[in-house]
Amino acid sequence: MPSLDELTAAWEAAKVDPAFGAELGELLRTYVGRPTALTPARRLSAEVGREVGKALNIFLKREDLAHTGAHKINNCIGQLLLARRMGKTRIIAETGAGQHGVATATACALFGLPCVVYMGAVDVERQALNVFRMKLLGAEVRPVHAGTATLKDAMNEALRDWVTNVGDTHYVIGSVAGPHPYPTLVRDLQAVIGREAREQIVAATGKLPDALVACVGGGSNAMGLFAPFRDDASVRFFGAEAAGEGLDAHHAATLTLGRVGILHGACSYVLCDDEGQIMEAHSISAGLDYPGVGPEHSYLKQTGRATYLAVTDKEALEGFQRLARTEGILPALETSHALAALPRVAAQLPDGATIVVSLSGRGDKDMGTIAKAFQVKL
Amino acid sequence: MSIDRLDRAFARARAEKRAALVLYLTAGDPDLETSRRLVLAAAEAGADIIEIGVPWSDPSADGAAIQAAMSRALVAGGGPKATFALVEAVRRENPDVGLVFFGYANPIFIMGPEAFAKKVAEVGGDGVLCVDWPPDEAVAFRKALAEQRLGFVPLVAPTSLEPRIRLAGEAAGGFIYYVSLNGITGARLVDRQEPARRVEAIRGWTGNKVPIVVGFGVKSAQDAHEVAAFADGVVVGSAAVELVQKAKANGEDPVAALRTFVRALRAAVVR
Repeated sequence: MPSLDELTAAWEAAKVDPAFGAELGELLRTYVGRPTALTPARRLSAEVGREVGKALNIFLKREDLAHTGAHKINNCIGQLLLARRMGKTRIIAETGAGQHGVATATACALFGLPCVVYMGAVDVERQALNVFRMKLLGAEVRPVHAGTATLKDAMNEALRDWVTNVGDTHYVIGSVAGPHPYPTLVRDLQAVIGREAREQIVAATGKLPDALVACVGGGSNAMGLFAPFRDDASVRFFGAEAAGEGLDAHHAATLTLGRVGILHGACSYVLCDDEGQIMEAHSISAGLDYPGVGPEHSYLKQTGRATYLAVTDKEALEGFQRLARTEGILPALETSHALAALPRVAAQLPDGATIVVSLSGRGDKDMGTIAKAFQVKL
Repeated sequence: MSIDRLDRAFARARAEKRAALVLYLTAGDPDLETSRRLVLAAAEAGADIIEIGVPWSDPSADGAAIQAAMSRALVAGGGPKATFALVEAVRRENPDVGLVFFGYANPIFIMGPEAFAKKVAEVGGDGVLCVDWPPDEAVAFRKALAEQRLGFVPLVAPTSLEPRIRLAGEAAGGFIYYVSLNGITGARLVDRQEPARRVEAIRGWTGNKVPIVVGFGVKSAQDAHEVAAFADGVVVGSAAVELVQKAKANGEDPVAALRTFVRALRAAVVR
C-alpha cells in the first residue's frame, strides 16, 4: 500500500512537471518513432461498406509502426522515466503474449536497468520467439508454473516479487489493470494514441470521427485511444473483446459475460465461478487472454459510454486476412479482433461515417499461430 | 462466542504469561476429512486460534507452500462452501478454539459481504482476515462483520505508515496481524530486533487496545519462542502446511505429525 501511495504521488508530480513531459516527448519522438501515422484505409472501407450497405471512411492509427511493433512501448518508456525519478534501480514486469515483456526489456536496455519478466509457463512455450527477444534485450524471463500458468498467474508472481523487493524495485504493469494508480497511470501514458489521432483525424477530415474501435484485453490501447475523446459526446466508443471458441465455450469475454469482482487489487468485471474462483480465459491471441479487464472499461460499460462486442477466434482470423488483403498490413491477432468487429460497428453508425481503428500492433509475432490455424506448415 | 472467543484466547495466554499460538491451515488440504482432523488436532495440541485458509485460485500474497496447499484443496473440492462446512464441523466438536477465516476478497465479494459475514457467524467462526481488502476499502464488509460480532483482522506491514496503522487499530476486531517482513508467506525471518521495535510502535499508535500477532517467517519452536518475547501472538503457517504435506508424502500420519509440532510450538511461546 505505501508503495502504491508513493507511486501515485510520484505520477501526480511528474505529469505536471514540464521537464518530465519534455523528456518523455523527446523519447517518444526520437526513440519510439512518434507520432505514428493515421492511415486512410480506402479498400478496407469499401469492402466493409459494401457488406453493410453504407459508405464508410475508416482510418487506422498505426501503433504497429511504433518501436517494438505495438503500443506497449508508450507505457514502458513513461514508467521507466518515472521509476528513475523515484530512484528505483530494478524493474519487473508481467507478460502474456510477450509484447509488454519485450517493450519493458527494450526500455530497460535503453535506461540500463536490470529487468525481470514473469511469464506463465504455458505462454513461455507458445510465445518462444518473444522469450528469445526478451533474453536478447538482456532481460531475465522467469516462467510461472502456478495456477493456470498464464498472464494472471504471471501478474500474481510479479506482485509477490514486488512486495518482497519493494524498496528498490518498480513494477511496470502493462495494462490499465491492477491496483490504483496503475489504471490511471497506464491510461495517461497511452493517451498519446488518442491525442495524436484526434489531431490527425481533424486535419484529415475537418471534423471529429463518428466512432473509435479498439481491441480490449486489459484494455490499454483502447483506453489510450478513447481517453482524449471522453468529452466528445458525438464520438462513440467500441471495444472488441475475445470470444475465443465462442461465448458458450472457452472465451475471454470479461465485459460481455463476466461479473463484478475483485482481482489484482481492482474492482472490475472478472470471469469467475459462483464461489469466486477466477476462471481460465481463452483466446487465440495471448494478449487478450486475461480473465479481468481494466476498471475504467467496466465504468464505461456501466455508464453506456462505450459498447463492447465479443469477437471469436475465427472472426479475428477473418479480420486479419481482410486487412492483409485490402491494405497490405499484417495486424496482430489482438488488433484483428477490432478489425473483425468493424461490420457490426458500422451497422450502428450513419451512412458516410468516419471510424478510427487502433491498429495496436503488428502481426509478425503471430505468424506461427496463424499458420497453425490455417494448417500451414512453415 | 464470536469475537469474545478471540479476546478470551489472548486473555488466557496473558494470564499464563505466554503469547497466544495462532496456527494457519488451508481448508480442504489435502482433503476435507483430513483437514477437519488436522484442525481439531491442532486445537487439542494447544493452538489458541486457527486461521482457516479459504482456497482461492489466485493467492498472490502467498508463497509456494500455501499456493500448493490451495491448489490441492481446490482439486479436492475446496472453496468457500467447503470451508463453511469444515468450520461448522470443527465447532461442533470444539467450542473454545478461535477460528478465523483467512482469505482473499473476491469470494467474499461474489457471495456478498453481508451474506458472507452471516454465514461465518452461523457456522461458528470468530473473525475474518482478508489479505487484499484494506480497511478503508472494506467499509461495508467491516460493518457486516461488526453486526455479527465478528472480528475484522487487519494486516500491517513493515512499510505501513502511521495513519494507516492508526486506521488498522480502529478497524481491528480480535487482533492485528503484523507481517514481519516485506514479502509473501513462507519467507524466512532472520532479524528479530526490527519487528520487536515495530510491534512496540504499533502498540503506541493503536493505543495498546488490540493484541498484535506476528506472522511470516516463523518456522520452528525456536522462532516462535523468540517472537513470543515481544508479540501478543505468534502465527505459524507455511511451516505447518509443509510439515503436513511432507508427512503425507512419506506415508506417515499427518495428523500425528501436526499434533507433535503444535505441542512443541505451544511449549515454546512462553515468555
